[in-house]
Amino acid sequence: MSKSQLRSIVTDIIKSIAPDEDLSSLDPEKPLRAQIDLDSMDFLDIVMELRVRYNIDVPEADYPQLNSLASTVNYLMPRMQGV
Amino acid sequence: MGSPLRYNVLVIGAGMSGLAAAIRLAHFGKKVAVLERHDRVGGLNSYYSLNGYDLDVGLHAVTNFAPRGASTSALSKIFRQLRIKPENFDLSPQKKSRIAFPGVTLEFTNDFACLEEEVAKNFPSQKDRFRKLVEAIRNADPYHPSAERRSAREAVSSVISEPLLAEMLLAPLMYYGNAMEDDMDYRQFVIMFQSIYLEGFARPRRGVREILDSLLNRLDESGGELKLESGVREILVENGKVYGVKLMDDSRIECDSVLSSIGLLETIAICPESSRREKKPAEGKLAFMESINILDSSPVELGMEHAITFFSNRENFSFRKPEEPVDVNDGVICVPDNFSYGEPLNCNMVRITNKADYAYWENINPMENLPRKRDWHSRSIEGAADYMPDIRDKIKFLDVFTPRTVRRYTGHINGAVYGSPDKVWSGGTALPNLFLCGTDQGFLGIIGAMLSGISIANQYLLK
Ligand SMILES: Cc1cc2nc3c(=O)[nH]c(=O)nc-3n(C[C@H](O)[C@H](O)[C@H](O)COP(=O)(O)OP(=O)(O)OC[C@H]3O[C@@H](n4cnc5c(N)ncnc54)[C@H](O)[C@@H]3O)c2cc1C
Repeated sequence: MSKSQLRSIVTDIIKSIAPDEDLSSLDPEKPLRAQIDLDSMDFLDIVMELRVRYNIDVPEADYPQLNSLASTVNYLMPRMQGV
Repeated sequence: MGSPLRYNVLVIGAGMSGLAAAIRLAHFGKKVAVLERHDRVGGLNSYYSLNGYDLDVGLHAVTNFAPRGASTSALSKIFRQLRIKPENFDLSPQKKSRIAFPGVTLEFTNDFACLEEEVAKNFPSQKDRFRKLVEAIRNADPYHPSAERRSAREAVSSVISEPLLAEMLLAPLMYYGNAMEDDMDYRQFVIMFQSIYLEGFARPRRGVREILDSLLNRLDESGGELKLESGVREILVENGKVYGVKLMDDSRIECDSVLSSIGLLETIAICPESSRREKKPAEGKLAFMESINILDSSPVELGMEHAITFFSNRENFSFRKPEEPVDVNDGVICVPDNFSYGEPLNCNMVRITNKADYAYWENINPMENLPRKRDWHSRSIEGAADYMPDIRDKIKFLDVFTPRTVRRYTGHINGAVYGSPDKVWSGGTALPNLFLCGTDQGFLGIIGAMLSGISIANQYLLK
């Protein structure tokens, strides 16, 4: 799966949780929560959507790796092979 | 015989909390069914039709209304958590409301500055004290599991030195979300203060049906099931764990967990004797009489310009089960036409709520029920005379319901709308896979109930 495919997987999930946030000008390197309004409940929902949609379990210790869009994509890359 | 149906979670009760919980669970792939005793959803906030009128059982106003984009509010949490588009609730903000006590009126709108100005104008000595109280409320975290138990009256009067102002601030919060007589849990006070004063009131033009339709759509889309006329007679327990439920028709359904929204005592009553380890919680005592009056002319033209009026004829507001059948000396008046809908509603409705004595209405001779209701309805309008016109000769449709109606239709002991004063904030019970949400978990009102269902589902059933 390519980086751009992975990026749209993540933004699709965020859009489903926070449809009122504008994701078009998101800087992939900057922390997501500094750019859009995501509280901890929303963040946990990203993790849960990854689990139900793609069967990916993100252990709590790895949450910091979902900090920005780019780091999330990097984190998912090896885990999404074959999905 | 094939293996019996087995669910991950059975939710008891299709009120706001049960529906919200089930949506979350179904959305994340749990096999879930909501079991509702009644033939329709909504519980305390259901709906019915009579004489050609579509009526809401309870809805005065949806609390916690915040403008779009304020994503920290409870309401936007609900939209996000349930994946519901805010426009689906079709909420229109109130015009204005008021708290009216002898000689003093405080108006408020969804802009908090209005209440601040009203306090400063009517209680000049309390201006800074009020600001201090609000600051403490804004900094409190009432949802924190270990938030301390405190008396709201003490907390308020330690800052506000004018007793009348303290009473006036407390009255609406108690009416819209307090299960305790005379006082209020500070945590509940903070939640209600935020939802009514710091946020505010709104209403769907079509009433509660709009909200329930959105919830049912989402439940359906997510793959959750709803079983109406499926009252639960018994929660089945073996070896200290719940394994299913038995319905009124004696059929059984198996499950991994049960989430009950019917109230704590009500839940204990359907658990086997041996599993009742909890110390018996207190029964709720606060019940209401509510009248729905449809007038032959516009209440707004008769001078009723507030969406909600919380009034009291006494300086000392008393929030307890009355000695008489109905306490007409204070109450809540709601005029649904006074919200800023895209298109005016003009339903000409006035709703009046007063505290009532459950035992009187439950034990009344059935022949006496209707005449007594009419009598107390009339007295209720007299009791509100300082705050509304005498509408008695303008009523073309009237329905009155009492605590007995609430008990019959929702199963709440004593018809106590806000349940037991002993809340189970954790949502846990003596059984490891039986959980509580809604009324007796602690979050009250429409928004509170939904938030309760969501948070208990998240905390225990989506791990
Ligand atoms: C007159 C009135 C006016 C109100 N006005 C407002 C308002 O303006 N704004 C606001 O925010 N809140 C208002 N409320 C409060 C609000 O309605 C409630 O706090 C909220 O709806 C509670 O939801 P719940 O899901 O916790 O409980 P409930 O609505 O009580 O849901 C419990 C459900 O369980 C079902 N049930 C019970 N026993 C069983 C059983 N054994 N098996 C299966 N099902 C069972 C019941 O039929 C019910 O549907 C009002 C309430 C009343 C009565």
